[in-house]
Amino acid sequence: MENTITNEYLLELKNVCVSYTPGKNAVNNVSAGIKENTITAIMGPSGCGKSTLLRAINRMHELYPHIKTTGEILLKGKNVLGMNPMEVRRRAGMVFQRPNPFPTMSIYDNVLAGYALNGIRLKKDEKDEIVETSLKNVALWNEVKDTMTKKGSFLSGGQQQRLCVARALALKPELLLMDEPTSALDPISTNHIEELLLELKEQYTIVIVTHNMSQAARISDYSMFMYLGDLVEYDTTTQMFTKPKNKQTEEYLTGVFG
Amino acid sequence: MQKEQTMINSQAPFRGLGGRKIKNNIFFYTVCILSGITMLPLFFILYELLKKGYKQFNLSLFTEVAPTSMDAMLAKMSGSDIPGGVLNGITGGLLMIGLAILIAIPVGIFVGIYLSEHAESAFAGIVRYLTDLIQGTPSIVIGIIAYAWIVKPLHSYSALAGSVALAIMMLPLVIRSTEETLKLLPVSLKEAGLALGASYTNVIFKVMLPSAFGGLFTGILLAVSRVMGETAPLMLTALGASAINWNIHRPTSAIPLLIWEFYNDPNLIDMIWSSSLLLLLLILTLNLIAKQVANKWRIQ
Repeated sequence: MENTITNEYLLELKNVCVSYTPGKNAVNNVSAGIKENTITAIMGPSGCGKSTLLRAINRMHELYPHIKTTGEILLKGKNVLGMNPMEVRRRAGMVFQRPNPFPTMSIYDNVLAGYALNGIRLKKDEKDEIVETSLKNVALWNEVKDTMTKKGSFLSGGQQQRLCVARALALKPELLLMDEPTSALDPISTNHIEELLLELKEQYTIVIVTHNMSQAARISDYSMFMYLGDLVEYDTTTQMFTKPKNKQTEEYLTGVFG
Repeated sequence: MQKEQTMINSQAPFRGLGGRKIKNNIFFYTVCILSGITMLPLFFILYELLKKGYKQFNLSLFTEVAPTSMDAMLAKMSGSDIPGGVLNGITGGLLMIGLAILIAIPVGIFVGIYLSEHAESAFAGIVRYLTDLIQGTPSIVIGIIAYAWIVKPLHSYSALAGSVALAIMMLPLVIRSTEETLKLLPVSLKEAGLALGASYTNVIFKVMLPSAFGGLFTGILLAVSRVMGETAPLMLTALGASAINWNIHRPTSAIPLLIWEFYNDPNLIDMIWSSSLLLLLLILTLNLIAKQVANKWRIQ
């Protein structure tokens, strides 16, 4: 599909290919532009390359040397593939499928982990402020403000996941990448996270991989449908869910396959 | 009907159920008895040591240095207990094991990190194999190596040489426990750290190692308890000393060395029981602590 690429996009993908084994692309020639302060959902059946595409954006694939990423991923016009990966990851926060707070750190330290791990020293009042704003951002402040010194792993799964969002937000990223952030959570916690994302949209740009089509319909402004590594369709969520242009998209959305 | 018939037939071989139960019981009780028998030696050792060593197991064992042969002979002739203790062995052990820890832990942890992070590489395979070889090397051989490396060039038996020998013996245990513990950590932990823009080094030192603390600490305690009773490598390196020594360049004693010296002196031979009891209790205590730590800090 064609995408006119202009400066209105915060994130632009140009011919992005990711391969686990040489000659076989798990993500095949994906081009797309993502606007600021929107939520973009990436959908598709298992193994279609959604997570692979998402993890290419903050260069998580570099942990595994056999994975090759080509093409261009422009964050505010600059190719992240040419940047220092640490800078990229600071600017593009990530939330994972399973909540993964650092087990040795308290709730307070978990929120500040991004600073501590980057060797950035903060004054006590700066720390307090960041922790408070970040936890208020994820609506966790009232639940944990009296138990700040407890380990993050004492929280419930949903709280842990909100803590992980807070940890990512604390670094004030330009982009928030979420890899099926609610798939390990119960419906109530899922609901919390979804409401949270709608609020965060005011300040952040969010790309979320989801298996859950109704979740995509509820929260996203734009949707991508991927199949076998290809970006089959990319449009506003309303358009895609009411009048998909592509037959495969329609079949997936109506449950014919997936 | 046909089906039912075949079912009944297929059950025919199961007739001797009574015989199976007896076999089962025989096997079960054999296993129980054999397990019980393996515990007996430890109880007999403890019993023997307590019976023969309790008289000498007193405060002076911890506060006085080893007696001379003459002192012991005089005490024996007057019918009193042998004076003195193993303080020089305790301090020497602390000095040498402390130094061995300082050498073996950083090296062991770094190698362990390498092995777990590059588990698949050919070099890691070689390192792992050589580590196993060190673990299988007789301790006397390691003592000879430390003698050739340190005692010879420095022209003196020393605590340093003893420490190096002990450190080499500790290495495989520290390396393996680091490697195994780090491998148990979920990969999501590392990814979480890296996704925050942290450097690889910071993720290893501020996220992975602290999370693996329990396993690392247990490994270190087990390594210490393993070398605590080593005698052979110390005979060739630390040699032994009759006074308390804190100088790493001078000969030093240790409890197992003292036990060997006591054994070789007819006047002092009664001291072997109390000092062996002390050594065994120390090692058992370390093992118990290691177990507790391993349970308390288990990786969730």
